[in-house]
Amino acid sequence: MSRALTPSQTIGPFYFGTLANAYRHDLAMPGVAGERIEIALTLHDAAGAIVPDGLLEVWQANSHGRYNHPEDRRNLPLDAGFEGYGRASTDTQGCARFGTVKPGRVPWPAGGLQAAHVNISVFARGVLNRLATRLYFDGDPALAEDPVLKLVEPERRATLIAKRDAAGVWRLPLYLGGPNETVFFDC
Amino acid sequence: MKEETYRRPVAGQDHPANLSPAYKSTVSRSPSRPAIVLPHSLSEITGPLLREERLDSVENDLTRRRMGEPLGERIIVQGRVLDENGKPVPEALVEIWQCNAAGRYHHPGDQHDAPLDPNFYGGGRARADADGNYKFITIKPGAYPWGNHHNAWRPAHIHFSLFGPAFATRLITQMYFPQDPLLAFDPIYNSVPEAARARLQAAFDMEATQPQWALAYRFDIVLRGRNATPMENT
Ligand SMILES: [Fe+2]
Repeated sequence: MSRALTPSQTIGPFYFGTLANAYRHDLAMPGVAGERIEIALTLHDAAGAIVPDGLLEVWQANSHGRYNHPEDRRNLPLDAGFEGYGRASTDTQGCARFGTVKPGRVPWPAGGLQAAHVNISVFARGVLNRLATRLYFDGDPALAEDPVLKLVEPERRATLIAKRDAAGVWRLPLYLGGPNETVFFDC
Repeated sequence: MKEETYRRPVAGQDHPANLSPAYKSTVSRSPSRPAIVLPHSLSEITGPLLREERLDSVENDLTRRRMGEPLGERIIVQGRVLDENGKPVPEALVEIWQCNAAGRYHHPGDQHDAPLDPNFYGGGRARADADGNYKFITIKPGAYPWGNHHNAWRPAHIHFSLFGPAFATRLITQMYFPQDPLLAFDPIYNSVPEAARARLQAAFDMEATQPQWALAYRFDIVLRGRNATPMENT
């Protein structure tokens, strides 16, 4: 019997301390294979103001390019201590930080590989539907051939590409609107 | 190109528009450009299942998280996590959060002049069983005022968070109570297309009511389902 979807609603301003009491910003336990990286996502509204009450989630493959999920049946290693999921609320600076390993490349249904990326969900007061986007890594030679980036107008692709700062942190500002509006996906 | 794996919601049929101006915060927090339709790759059809997450035995009982019992009307909230094809989502992690019976959240940003309850903090988690059944015991949340417009009040509600089997099925929503007179005035509830709004109302469930103890409400949650033709050999 077919059933009608449950509609989405905003996370609201008061999830912190209840939903998000278990911090999950460290994705990779010690000993997990791969290059250790730090990601800092900063959330802004359409006017550029920071959003200090947002919740950001990340989902990614491990360093071998394998998702820890039964749908990924490829013969690649799974790492104990790495599920690939993280959650953090934005702080008073609008920033959510994650410690993880750099994901490996995963396949594209029509053939070939996608460039390394982290899948992101954005929730906040005033955001009625989960907003899905991606983080790619600046300087990755695979960006030029990534099938998802090819779906994006060239001038907007930069909204998906994190840049490494002087301290080595991968930074990506996210904009809910305005001239630098982040590319969001219907996934 | 292979067949898509998860059905796509029809715009305007199930979910609110991102820009719903009666809910004022959406004005500066809604993308103006259409989302780019992404073919389903492993990135979208996988997602956190959180199967390793260990829940302690009272995490689904919000009335037993502190030393004493919270004030308010004790209720049971239960239902099933299903997909659009009517199939259960087994072992789904269901997270909820809510204000106390007086309408106040255990949150530093909630300045509503209503008492905090030292015996209620308002967060809970449950793991659905193999048939998608979940159950919470809690107290009925109060209505609370908010700053959206003059004399704005949120109808009593419980926030729900679900992951489902994939990144594509992630859902955060709110459960409301049947026949709440505040529903008619709430821009968040009314952001949902009219025909879909009633899906956010729990049903009073006399059958599940426990004599001398608690009233019961039923709230089934329906996540995106797979297309009839599944993706082969991912
Ligand atoms: Fe609320």
